[in-house]
Amino acid sequence: MSSLVIRGGHLIDPSAGVDAPKDILLKDGRVAEIASPGKLKSANGAEALDATGLTVAPGLIDIHVHLREPGQGYKETIASGTAAAAAGGFTSVAAMPNTTPVNDSPETTRWMLAPERNATVRVFPIAAATRGSKGEAVNDFAALKAAGAVAVTDDGHPILKDGIMRETLAAAARVGLSVIQHAEDTRMTKGASMNAGPTAFKLGLRGMPVEAESSLVERDIRLVTELRDARVHLHVAHTSTAAAVAAVRQARRNGLRVTCEVAPHHFLLTEEHVGLYSTNAKMNPPLRSAADRDAMIEAILDGVVDAIATDHAPHATHEKEVEFENAPNGITGLETALGLCLRWLHREWKVPLGRVLSLLSAQPAALLGLKGRGTLAVGSFADVVVFDPKAEWTYQAAQTRSKSRNTPFDGWSMQGKVRWTLSEGRIVYTGE
Amino acid sequence: MNATAAPIRRQIHPPPVPPSPFPYNPGSMLSVQDLNLEAVGYLLSRATELEGMDPLVRDRILLKRRIALLFYESSTRTRTSFELAAKALGADTTLVSSLSSSIEKGESLKDTGLTLRALGAEAIILRHNSSGAPWLLEQCTHLPVLNAGDGMHEHPTQALLDLRTILQRLRHGADQVDAGTLAGVTITIVGDILHSRVARSNMLLLPRLGAEVLVCGPTQLLPEVTATMGPGIRIERDFDAALRRSQVVMMLRIQAERLAGLQLDLEEYKADYQLTGQRLASLAPEAVVMHPGPIIRGLEVTAGVADGPQSAILDQVSNGVAIRMAVVERALLAQEGRV
Repeated sequence: MSSLVIRGGHLIDPSAGVDAPKDILLKDGRVAEIASPGKLKSANGAEALDATGLTVAPGLIDIHVHLREPGQGYKETIASGTAAAAAGGFTSVAAMPNTTPVNDSPETTRWMLAPERNATVRVFPIAAATRGSKGEAVNDFAALKAAGAVAVTDDGHPILKDGIMRETLAAAARVGLSVIQHAEDTRMTKGASMNAGPTAFKLGLRGMPVEAESSLVERDIRLVTELRDARVHLHVAHTSTAAAVAAVRQARRNGLRVTCEVAPHHFLLTEEHVGLYSTNAKMNPPLRSAADRDAMIEAILDGVVDAIATDHAPHATHEKEVEFENAPNGITGLETALGLCLRWLHREWKVPLGRVLSLLSAQPAALLGLKGRGTLAVGSFADVVVFDPKAEWTYQAAQTRSKSRNTPFDGWSMQGKVRWTLSEGRIVYTGE
Repeated sequence: MNATAAPIRRQIHPPPVPPSPFPYNPGSMLSVQDLNLEAVGYLLSRATELEGMDPLVRDRILLKRRIALLFYESSTRTRTSFELAAKALGADTTLVSSLSSSIEKGESLKDTGLTLRALGAEAIILRHNSSGAPWLLEQCTHLPVLNAGDGMHEHPTQALLDLRTILQRLRHGADQVDAGTLAGVTITIVGDILHSRVARSNMLLLPRLGAEVLVCGPTQLLPEVTATMGPGIRIERDFDAALRRSQVVMMLRIQAERLAGLQLDLEEYKADYQLTGQRLASLAPEAVVMHPGPIIRGLEVTAGVADGPQSAILDQVSNGVAIRMAVVERALLAQEGRV
């Protein structure tokens, strides 16, 4: 029987509507009691954390990360990726299936969840929608779900064929899984390495048009409409264009279950940040125009965006230190998400702290149906982040817990410093 | 909630774009934008000085210093003229090309650059098929890097030698330049603008001297976005109309190796954009005809035009050696504070 008390902190639990000073008792990996300061009934003898002046919130949830295992352990392992997650205040991460081999089987899903992987926080595998993520044959979703998969996607290899996507949506709905689509019509992006437009032309790089994203989102929404099945859930990964967000907004007005996420780099950076071929500003979807970036901020403010997800995509230094066109896509993000969201969304653009935290916990939990996560209601998992919301600090990529350092945010100032991260009642990260 | 409060689009103050750390070495020439007009004037006048210098005096300037030419793409003019320029200053040169080197075995650009530095190279002249490669090489080695053409991006020494050619023909070889030097001059660049690093460098250089640059070609090879490249650039799709206004016409080769699946009807292209003797005689009988080479005779220009009296094509080649002497000298002497 292990128990722990967090005393003196200010609890923000958006889904429970709590925003007040509270003491919390955690017991056996669950939230056992919440009371006004000094009023806990059964806290005698429990180890205590002094959270005076700090914010206590549900552990953060990132529904879009690449942990690179199995098969690409030189970029990241489940152990190193979840250690970075804990340092960033995350207690749940959903891992994409573009591993080696592709996670398209119950065996691989179970392998990822095995205790030998030494995950620091909870990992939720997202399985491949089709065999080998080749977009041809739909996997056995019931078996994948039974093994622990929480959603299906062919992330990075979007499903282009209408028939296969329709079948994927229908089959996933039958077993209660969400379908996540990386929306990119790859027929329009061959050989391209950044956003299409004046900057790409100037740099002599082939560009990805915004229509490559929006046209596939529109196609997917049309398929959801045609299926007329309330259980169908389409989730659009890392939206980056105004047109894609507009399509999601309209689908929601039409009563469809279509959700979307935005990554911090897409609401903070633009194609200008590619500078002179900085490969740490190369990802897919690419950094877009200022108008698209502003549309992401607008979409967060007006509530179309359901989650902030990092698309944490570690790559080894030698892979990124190459010609821009040859560099792999992606940047790390787990350690910088909270600091960037508080610095920009909250402080600069005045999004209330509770809403920022909701986008990083309660809403993504609801989106993937992660029961007992994303909230600190009594009985839920003791996944907690305790942070100093006022503290300013500078991110140093060299200090990362990830195996990789491919971030455009090295040296950026952050707001909100994580003091403790607790996963199911255990302290998994202690900051200064 | 205040009933009168309408949703306000918030004032967005986004994070600023960080300043560029390039160039790491003052001798590097990665882009024509690295040069202000004073530096352009210096290189033009230094090219003339070096060209006229006694070869036995000239070859003491960089005597026995080591310069590497690193070529990932084939080249005749650029490679030979850089090599002759470096040798004319007394430097030792070595050529590494992607075939017949460890690049074939998968050695990265970074490792190749570090190897050349360890072998004593004091500057690297790089031709590469990927846009931006010179920036990577400079960042990895901190050596002076001279961009001898990167992908579809830039070819700064070509723009300088083109400028020298234009000044010889239109301004009696003036080598002091300012924002009005080419005022009133219209220069048309014709053909495969999209894939052309020569076009990009010229579009970034010539308007700064007051020239009007017209770009001309079909939409597949000349997208509308070209006009955003900088001030003083306009799209004119009608070749005849452009020719009528031009004092200089630069023809470009269709870059078959970079078309990436683009379908182009060559007969139609020739009808619309080929520079023929008849077109030239009737529409621009005084204009200077230029071409960065290689020329595909009978495609973008007829043989008669290429060899004709208005052609400055071989002057461009000769000017390449003079300009590159000045650029190579600057590469090694800039960091010593001697230029």
